[in-house]
Amino acid sequence: TYLPSPGDGASSTVTLIPGDGIGPEVTKSVVDVVAAMGAPITWERFDYLSGSEGGKLPRTSVPQEILNSIRRNGVCLKGTLFTPLDANNTNTQSLNVQLRKDLDLHVNVVHGYSIPGLNTRHKDLDIVVIRENTEGEYSGLEHEVVEGVVESLKIITYEKSYRTAKYAFEFAFLNNRKKVSAIHKANIMKQGDGTFLKACREVARNFPRIKYDEVIVDNTCMQLVGRPQQFDVMVTPNLYGNLVSNVVAGLCGGFGVVPGGNIGDGVAIFEQGARHVAKSLAGQGVANPTATLLSTAMMMRHLKLANFADRLEASVMKVYSDGDKSVLTPDVGGSGTLLRFTEAVVRNLELEEN
Amino acid sequence: SARVMGYATKTFEATLFPGDGIGPEIAAATKEIFTAVRVPVVWDEQHIGKTPDPRTNSMVTRENLDSVLKHKIGLKGPMTTPIGKGFRSLNLTLRKELDLYANVRPCFNIPGYKTRYDGINLVTVRENTEGEYSGLEHEVVPGVVESLKVITRKASSRIAEFAFAYARENGRQKVSAVHKANIMKKADGLFLECCREAATRYPDIKYEEVIVDNACMQLVSNPTQFDVLVMPNLYGDIISDLCAGLVGGLGLTPSMNIGLNGLALAEAVHGTAPDIAGKNKANPTALLLSSCMMLRHIGRKAEADNIQNAVISVIAEGKWRTADLGGNATTSDFTKAIIDKLE
Ligand SMILES: Nc1ncnc2c1ncn2[C@@H]1O[C@H](COP(=O)(O)OP(=O)(O)OP(=O)(O)O)[C@@H](O)[C@H]1O
Ligand SMILES: Nc1ncnc2c1ncn2[C@@H]1O[C@H](COP(=O)(O)OP(=O)(O)OP(=O)(O)O)[C@@H](O)[C@H]1O
Ligand SMILES: [Mg+2]
Ligand SMILES: [Mg+2]
Repeated sequence: TYLPSPGDGASSTVTLIPGDGIGPEVTKSVVDVVAAMGAPITWERFDYLSGSEGGKLPRTSVPQEILNSIRRNGVCLKGTLFTPLDANNTNTQSLNVQLRKDLDLHVNVVHGYSIPGLNTRHKDLDIVVIRENTEGEYSGLEHEVVEGVVESLKIITYEKSYRTAKYAFEFAFLNNRKKVSAIHKANIMKQGDGTFLKACREVARNFPRIKYDEVIVDNTCMQLVGRPQQFDVMVTPNLYGNLVSNVVAGLCGGFGVVPGGNIGDGVAIFEQGARHVAKSLAGQGVANPTATLLSTAMMMRHLKLANFADRLEASVMKVYSDGDKSVLTPDVGGSGTLLRFTEAVVRNLELEEN
Repeated sequence: SARVMGYATKTFEATLFPGDGIGPEIAAATKEIFTAVRVPVVWDEQHIGKTPDPRTNSMVTRENLDSVLKHKIGLKGPMTTPIGKGFRSLNLTLRKELDLYANVRPCFNIPGYKTRYDGINLVTVRENTEGEYSGLEHEVVPGVVESLKVITRKASSRIAEFAFAYARENGRQKVSAVHKANIMKKADGLFLECCREAATRYPDIKYEEVIVDNACMQLVSNPTQFDVLVMPNLYGDIISDLCAGLVGGLGLTPSMNIGLNGLALAEAVHGTAPDIAGKNKANPTALLLSSCMMLRHIGRKAEADNIQNAVISVIAEGKWRTADLGGNATTSDFTKAIIDKLE
């Protein structure tokens, strides 16, 4: 039995950033499900953060008010923000990246696992990707040296590598995981990725019960599509983590089903594990809210609402194991909508309650 | 046979690096099959040095390089990367000295060898000379390392042009540029700009752009949507291996490097497999399919098709398969079966 301390039932305020593309729809599903559960969560909501709705040019920086809200609440749920790609917009930094950097959300955790009832090519997957989330290729430091020659800086620091590695091993230790694999390209980036590996090795020494190995990133991807079950926890620099977590998401059923979160000291943002805006799906009501709902379950555990988290996950899983295609969304082979899926989750919650 | 007469009969020379480990065995299989098809090739066999050549600062000798530069066409088996400091890696030397700017890897399912993915028929085209592989790195202060990724208009236009020209020549419909320009706006932005320019010169080829993370996810869930993929160095490295994984691994996928003025070096990109070296167990498929790319590159399509069809039908038949494909045939059995299947 979980013994809460007096006052633990008080409502927590969580910053909600619906974001762009399908974000507003999938976060609405969360808000509805959380309400149906009566979970002690109050939302502090910020719509239109990126400013890109209606084809407008997006904002170039995250408003202070929003950063303050997240700092104050310590927890945020978010949809992905759109980043323009136009050549004449090269100074617009990704707002997603800015949030991670400003709040120092130094690790991104993506948990890919097989959902019973969901038909995927590979079975029995349970892989956690722990990714450095603030430096590396995402430094934003680029310049044109002479016309037609661009340099982009990848920054790897021992300090950030070390805390990412430390988080990965602690995660493995606390979650009874057996192995941590460091993903790298140190044969080419000898100093940069070399520094990352050095930090991983250093931390590994403090965790003798956890197996440690190192896998080159191209081989990792090949292994992942062939025999993904060999992986347990993966720890990676920023860009490789982005790629590997998307491969893992693809293996587990796609962007729509894999949850994730960004963790810093005293702050956390939860969002789809594979962070995408999916503009072309927006507004059609067919996006899959599973990933964001499962991220919400992660968030509930983070808020020490473990029981709510368990119930939410169980209800979502039941929708898949029931296998009624008319409630599942098209990305997972269903003919349903976001709304029908959300209703099914709520129905399962009510069934449990009776 | 009569059909052989149809092939160009003019003798040509080609460089052959048998390589290390299983390399000599699979190279021997390839030579045997070429003889059976009566490809009028004279192999200029080259071996990497045992000590660094001061003229190249690598185990790759000046003579090795000159051979490829002279014949402009070559085939390379796997090579052991010597461990040690102070000289350049083999692949890097070849790439830099021969200006092998593009790496091309067709990826297709081999009938009869089932993987979890069906219907794949795509080609990855990877920029091979710059990007994250600049080798420019330094420790700014203790614990802080900068690595430079370099993207140039020159290299990007060259690879983009190559990808489109390849698509057109090979009857392909679509080129997808893979990038991360939402983050590396200037570097990958320049790469995209060059791809867009090339796209306007090939209105008959469909063009699209895919962010690399999305590409990874699409490739593992719905790979048949892709045709030709063009990308900067690192993404190409990762994605080409991922694609190879989809169809059964590096033992089955051919590869070719393209240099200036039509120079090309085809290669098997798998390792030297020291555990089975010398035991007549190696699978020569990757090298054979690479040799077919080499033949096609110099316009010898008929011989290439003949060999490739034979290789594929032997694997499909399933009677003679090497251990890596779950059979117990030897390299010689497999080679003989292919020769029996030749037209
Ligand atoms: N203009 C766009 N076109 C297509 N997809 C986009 C666009 N902007 C953002 N996305 C999607 O949203 C994701 C996150 O956007 P952002 O530019 O912030 O990248 P990110 O910080 O790289 O996130 P991650 O590293 O998780 O991919 C992108 O990887 C991409 O999948
Ligand atoms: N929750 C979700 N449910 C269903 N599909 C999703 C979900 N999240 C992402 N996707 C899909 O993931 C893919 C990648 O999205 P991303 O935003 O990176 O690319 P994009 O090029 O902007 O996609 P789109 O063309 O859909 O706008 C898209 O095909 C999108 O439809
Ligand atoms: Mg992304
Ligand atoms: Mg590679």
